[in-house]
Amino acid sequence: MSTKGGVQYSKIAEIKGPLVIVDGVENAAFDELVEIETNEGEKRLGKVLEVGNGKAIVQVFEGTTGLSVSGTNAKFVGKVMEMPVSEQVLGRVFDGLGRPKDGLPDPVASSFLDINGAPMNPEQREYPKDFIQTGVSVIDGMLTLVRGQKLPIFSGSGMSHNILAAQIARQASVVGTSDEFAVVFAAIGVQYSEAEYFRRSLEESGALKRSVLFLNLADDPAIERIITPRVALTVAEYLAYDLGMHVLVILTDMTNYAEALREISAAREEVPGRKGYPGYLYTDLSTIYERAGRLKGKNGSVTQMPILSMPSDDITHPIPDLTGYITEGQIVLGRDLFRQGVYPPVNILMSLSRIMKDGIGDGRTRADHQEVSNQNYDAYSRAQEVRALAGIVGKAGLTDVDLNYMNFGDEFENKFLTQAIDENRTIEETLGLQWSTISNLPKNELTKVKDKFIEQYYKE
Amino acid sequence: MVAQGRIVWVSGPAVRADGMSDAKMYETVSVGDAKLIGEVIRLTGDVAFIQVYESTSGLKPGEPVVGTGNPLSVLLGPGIIGQIYDGIQRPLKDLADKSGSFIGRGITTTPVDMTKKYHFTPTVSVGDEIEPGNIIGTVPESSLIEHKILVPPNHVGGKITKIVSEGDYDLETEIAVVEKDGQTVPLKMYHKWPVRSPRPYLKRYDPTIPLLTGQRVIDTFFPLAKGGTGSIPGAFGTGKTVTLHQIAKWADSQVVVYIGCGERGNEMTEVLVEFPELKDPRTGKPLMDRTVLVANTSNMPVAAREASIYTGVTIAEYYRDMGYDVVLVADSTSRWAEALREMSGRLEEMPAEEGYPSYLASRLAEFYERAGRVRASGSPERDGSVSLVGAVSPSGGDFTEPVTTHTMRFIKTFWALDAKLAYSRHYPSINWMNSYSGYLADIAKWWSENISDDWLKLRGETYGILQREDTLKEIVRLLGPEALPDEEKLILEVARMIKIGILQQNSFDDVDTYCSPEKQFKLMKLLVDFYNQGQQALKDGAALADIRAMPVIASLLKARMEVKDDEMDKLEKIQNEMVEQFKNVTGVKVSN
Repeated sequence: MSTKGGVQYSKIAEIKGPLVIVDGVENAAFDELVEIETNEGEKRLGKVLEVGNGKAIVQVFEGTTGLSVSGTNAKFVGKVMEMPVSEQVLGRVFDGLGRPKDGLPDPVASSFLDINGAPMNPEQREYPKDFIQTGVSVIDGMLTLVRGQKLPIFSGSGMSHNILAAQIARQASVVGTSDEFAVVFAAIGVQYSEAEYFRRSLEESGALKRSVLFLNLADDPAIERIITPRVALTVAEYLAYDLGMHVLVILTDMTNYAEALREISAAREEVPGRKGYPGYLYTDLSTIYERAGRLKGKNGSVTQMPILSMPSDDITHPIPDLTGYITEGQIVLGRDLFRQGVYPPVNILMSLSRIMKDGIGDGRTRADHQEVSNQNYDAYSRAQEVRALAGIVGKAGLTDVDLNYMNFGDEFENKFLTQAIDENRTIEETLGLQWSTISNLPKNELTKVKDKFIEQYYKE
Repeated sequence: MVAQGRIVWVSGPAVRADGMSDAKMYETVSVGDAKLIGEVIRLTGDVAFIQVYESTSGLKPGEPVVGTGNPLSVLLGPGIIGQIYDGIQRPLKDLADKSGSFIGRGITTTPVDMTKKYHFTPTVSVGDEIEPGNIIGTVPESSLIEHKILVPPNHVGGKITKIVSEGDYDLETEIAVVEKDGQTVPLKMYHKWPVRSPRPYLKRYDPTIPLLTGQRVIDTFFPLAKGGTGSIPGAFGTGKTVTLHQIAKWADSQVVVYIGCGERGNEMTEVLVEFPELKDPRTGKPLMDRTVLVANTSNMPVAAREASIYTGVTIAEYYRDMGYDVVLVADSTSRWAEALREMSGRLEEMPAEEGYPSYLASRLAEFYERAGRVRASGSPERDGSVSLVGAVSPSGGDFTEPVTTHTMRFIKTFWALDAKLAYSRHYPSINWMNSYSGYLADIAKWWSENISDDWLKLRGETYGILQREDTLKEIVRLLGPEALPDEEKLILEVARMIKIGILQQNSFDDVDTYCSPEKQFKLMKLLVDFYNQGQQALKDGAALADIRAMPVIASLLKARMEVKDDEMDKLEKIQNEMVEQFKNVTGVKVSN
């Protein structure tokens, strides 16, 4: 991080959790960057959360451990926090505040950007409609990812979300273009092994040189996590809108981010919303997620794939809940499928891609895509009902049509959903598999597909 | 005397300033050197508490605060239709011209182009007595809207001493002069109105005309009336936004105000891309020519989100006063309530449930009370309506949370979205057992006069089948379907057909996206006929399996997609096939 400038020094009056309260402040601004210097000469960064009546409340990113009231100075830098950016950030590894972590010097900056960004003018957005082929059948076929979309993975502890995200990062491509592609990876309080898995995965596929990594690991300061996704997105926006690249941003794990936010809110003694999270959690999360998109007159795009682990697999917990209200769909991993050893264990009934409809169809993927996918959803939902019924009355109590649905369900999970972690399927293969699964059903059960498609694709 | 003070404290969107003893409650103020727009929301001594409508990053104590003397107001005049505004009526296009792709701060602009010339045709002459609310002339605004120039509701009235002749004028031109008691007041083609005050009208009517949306589960089962209020709560992923977009697209109103309040940016972009392409099914003109958008997305400043609801409803009332039926769609009132909660927290008010302020319920009531079908003030006589539809985003999909429960007290139509239905891809996922409409009896007359006398009866029968199914499902869950006698199994079968053939509707299918009232009625009649003939056939000895295997069932279920609104004869054909096939299943049995 750059901390050039410097205008004003003040003394610390109080230290409380991650916050320090600074006295004798005359000229500090809301949101301004602060450098805290201990009497040992150690420097930490923070920002102003509240200022007035000669006092400033400062949030210290690296935490307040070891700070003392006497002998610690706060320096108000005179500007908001900025991230130096240039093409040289590609291939680099930074810490959670955007400082080099790979032993190499600071990249030469071509500009300094406010890490908070600014809200995109909705009138200036370009509506996302370019299909991204991930090579993962369940995503391409039923939860299509589109350039400029924000599509999170809702997972639970121990499930294979990182493997899936890494597979998507390796395989994602837009068919028929040669535009430049980049990956920005932000680790927010994750274990070293998970971050390392991701880095190695990018390295092996040769994608590391067009990637930027920001690592705040589990043992790094928690409050730094507030900054990590913002510096990552600032770099992503630079790559997308200034250099015209298509950037896939992976943020993992947003649950850790929200917990850092809660810690600060609690220290400020704010009135909490649900489960102790601050009332503004929705607004705060939106300032991260809404930074995905495309802009009129610009080539590049920012596609976001945040990963969050649902506490106790509970989708109604405030973090997945508020995330789902902001993002354009969600990919939900299911514990049952995971236990059965299915990879990727996507629970399609709870998952959704909101802007899929605009990225598929005639001229993009294939004319029957939406309908065959609807029919698969419908049939899988019916298959689950039949399975539950079979649990009561036994297989013998089922009608022939019910048995067709049972077969459909098995084939769907074993042939369509299941795939190897290095298996890259084309969209044609995926659509073909979708037709073979629903061809387990008699034609008159296919109420969601037009007759002309049945004639063309149904497999007798 | 305008207030001139200094900032003493800043925290997020909240600012305190002293030296503000001349400030008034809800006055708009200019905050800081960057001249950010704010509004006074509390006064204590000479300290004003201000909510700022723009990002306060970089704001310092000591910077100036200057009052404007006026409450937060909107500008009402030609040029509003087709616009996309932020929460305080700044055109997003102008903001882009001034600050590029990302929204800058401290930008001032006018809500409409003040220099554009409109073709004004006067409807009054010199010597006419006028009152507040009178129409003094008309201006063509879009291909669908003739803009009526109104005498402002807070005008004193009087005698016209000057009126310009038909011709092209810009908004700042004095088009008329009114004299009363020796005082003269000029009139322009626009006026301003404070957003927090409802616009006056002469009287209110009972809502008796349905607001047709082309959505079967709404129009047929849980209808909304023109001038009515509806709410659509649902967890994320249940299809709130798609349903609201469908209402905004197909509702048979003349003007639509769509407020994106704390929601996704791409959703507003979608409206901007789609609506100019889509044609109004009744007039064939682009939908954008009747639509106004107010967009304050989730990442835009939170205080302006609070204002956006009022900005939108005031614009809606203005077009109502011209004699138009207006639908206002607010997505989502929960985000608006959260904005209230955030400001309330910064004011350190005592919170009620879940941190929401205690006045949440009264604010919601005030908002929904601005709906209604009314006789507008002034002459000539004209009726207009504002129908309000508010989305609610209950946390965790829990309908017992404060915003949902309070909203339910003030609305009459409730469309409960159900995550389970959405997970099984039953869209729109409006749960037919939990939803209700308080307008059913009031609007039944319209259906019997315009479509068929049987409407209410058939709707009751159809709904009855769904209710029976709901009870039978419990038995099936415990004992399996074989425990039921055949006539009850038929109920399950027909209920399934009603769900697929009527309740479900595919918004993305060219035919199915809009369903005319006539087609809605006929589809319903077909299924009720199927049920009655099926029960009769069972009595006559037909086998249920044979009924289930009738090929006409697939045609019935696909009719919603395969039969266009102008092909009602195809439904007759299906009806005939059905009668024929029932004869066969009964016949087969008899010949055995």
